[in-house]
Amino acid sequence: MAAPLTILSLCCLLLSAAAADEAPASLRDTGLPAAGGRLIVVGFAPQYPLWSDGATKRRWLYLPPGTAIDASDPDAWVFPPGTKLWKEFAHGDPVETRLIERLADGSWRYVAYAWEDGEARLAPAAGLRGWPVAAAPGGRYDVPSQDDCRACHEGAAVPVLGLSALQLSPLRDSLAPHAELPGPGDLDLVGLVGRGLVVNLPTAALGARIDAASATSRAALGYLHANCGHCHNERSSVTDRPLVLAQGARTGAQRVLETLDGVPSEFRLPGAGLRLVPGNPDASVLIRRMRSRHPVAQMPPLGTRQADQAGLALLEAWVSLDPDYREVAHHD
Amino acid sequence: MTDSHPIGRCLVALALALMAAPAVADDEPGANELTVAMLKSVERGRYIVTTSGCNDCHTPFHDGPAGPEPDMSRMLSGHPESLSVSEAPTAPPAPWGMMATYTSTAWAGPWGVSFTANLTPDEDTGLGKWTFAEFRDTIRSGRHLGRGRLILPPMPIAMYKNFTDEDLEAIYRYLRTIPPVRNRVPDPLIPGEPLAD
Ligand code: HEC
Ligand code: HEC
Ligand code: HEC
Repeated sequence: MAAPLTILSLCCLLLSAAAADEAPASLRDTGLPAAGGRLIVVGFAPQYPLWSDGATKRRWLYLPPGTAIDASDPDAWVFPPGTKLWKEFAHGDPVETRLIERLADGSWRYVAYAWEDGEARLAPAAGLRGWPVAAAPGGRYDVPSQDDCRACHEGAAVPVLGLSALQLSPLRDSLAPHAELPGPGDLDLVGLVGRGLVVNLPTAALGARIDAASATSRAALGYLHANCGHCHNERSSVTDRPLVLAQGARTGAQRVLETLDGVPSEFRLPGAGLRLVPGNPDASVLIRRMRSRHPVAQMPPLGTRQADQAGLALLEAWVSLDPDYREVAHHD
Repeated sequence: MTDSHPIGRCLVALALALMAAPAVADDEPGANELTVAMLKSVERGRYIVTTSGCNDCHTPFHDGPAGPEPDMSRMLSGHPESLSVSEAPTAPPAPWGMMATYTSTAWAGPWGVSFTANLTPDEDTGLGKWTFAEFRDTIRSGRHLGRGRLILPPMPIAMYKNFTDEDLEAIYRYLRTIPPVRNRVPDPLIPGEPLAD
């Protein structure tokens, strides 16, 4: 008699442990306070955003009381267990809110909540493909699968992509496509450091800015960082030859151009065999793959149904720039 | 010794192949040591690969004495580059929906035409440069290298994603011991969309 009982209670224990470990079924229970709630959650706005078929976005950060982000490495911040980050996507009304959470054991959890009738409910792990949303382009919206969250978020040094010295620098790039100005109460780097939420940031990184020969070049490099750098960086092996499109607090054009200009592309298209041909966007695999939404060719490979026309216009202008304005910065 | 672990048989061949094959992870302690555990893992991988159907799609079929059979001289080298397929066949009448070449390596359906991959350790055209993490993430996520394009049918991702890490590692290790075959498999053909923009 004792044995089955023990097994039964063990099962109950395991079940409740599993339940405590699962993401809440409704966004309401994730700790994101309604507007006007107590300000334990702070908003932020990366200067170089990801293109997501024109959705507008808002983002929030929560840190457990008494904890802080360690920014000793200004490009790879260390987030304490208990950190939560939300990102809301709207086409007019909110459509989806994503949540990244650092769990007690240091691992990361990715979930999405889909908005319907004023409530955001936990989306299936496999995502929702072609979900009908009238205001989205083509009337369809894709909530990514949790594997797709990982495909983008786990290719760089840290899974948190939009909080870094460069992304939150007070020296915002006014040419960045689709950038949203920080909302009232949103914090940039200075605000986060001032409140003690970010510690150990090297002083020089407070004014992080991409080192570039012109404003167009800077904005183009920032665009590549936000839209491509999480998969194409120094630690990535998805391409045989290095392809570095990511930026740090104190980097610039040089490394990116080394891995692009005149470098043969493993993936070729008719009329384009080099990753980038200065002066010739049409012959540059990089531009051709950004224009394409062919499932095999398109870059980025996931996350959008439509090419980003504003991003493309900027990148084409950058490829066509006079070398003096494209190559290395001139410091006086 | 049970039937499922006949490790004695090809120990020497495996030992030689393993010494030539790169380690699963460089930071794995003693990664280059030839351990019994590794040999068992390779043997487990051989068992899975030869019972889970990989050869039925990734090895080109040819005519044998008793009908079509996998051409083991081209084991797991994928759709032969010499067999050029430039467009999808006309769709058959319902209820038929899928077609394959006689090699069993090019598959046409609503997704277009997919060509089975070269799984041999050839450096340029096979999985030679893949790390274990890339192999595992490809099968688990159903995306090329874990973060690229979606992998098309009929590759049984939906079922294979249920393999344990251990079994995926065994498959990966075994695939590094088979003869490399130089064969560049074409990109898939997607309906209505030419690859060039
Ligand atoms: C196509 C790549 C891609 C996919 C897929 C993706 N993300 Fe992101 N995500 C990004 C990038 C890049 C940023 C930072 C730039 C920005 O916010 O515009 C970001 C930002 C975020 C943020 C704000 C914190 C941060 O990292 O800056 C959260 C929260 C988030 N994503 C959650 C998710 C979740 C959950 C999923 C899956 C349901 C997901 N994301 C899928 C690329 C992606
Ligand atoms: C979610 C991950 C991911 C993102 C984001 C991403 N890529 Fe890629 N990219 C890949 C993978 C995987 C490959 C290798 C397989 C292939 O060529 O499709 C690749 C290959 C490439 C190549 C071919 C390089 C070569 O030598 O063959 C170029 C060029 C490229 N990407 C440009 C971009 C650009 C530009 C962006 C941003 C607009 C971008 N990528 C965003 C995953 C990504
Ligand atoms: C029913 C046919 C079928 C079977 C069985 C099958 N595959 Fe595949 N596999 C394919 C096809 C077709 C592709 C190419 C899909 C594409 O290009 O999108 C593929 C692609 C792959 C890839 C991706 C390669 C890349 O470059 O991304 C790997 C890895 C792979 N198969 C491994 C295996 C292994 C291991 C087995 C056995 C355990 C197996 N396959 C069994 C049909 C099959």
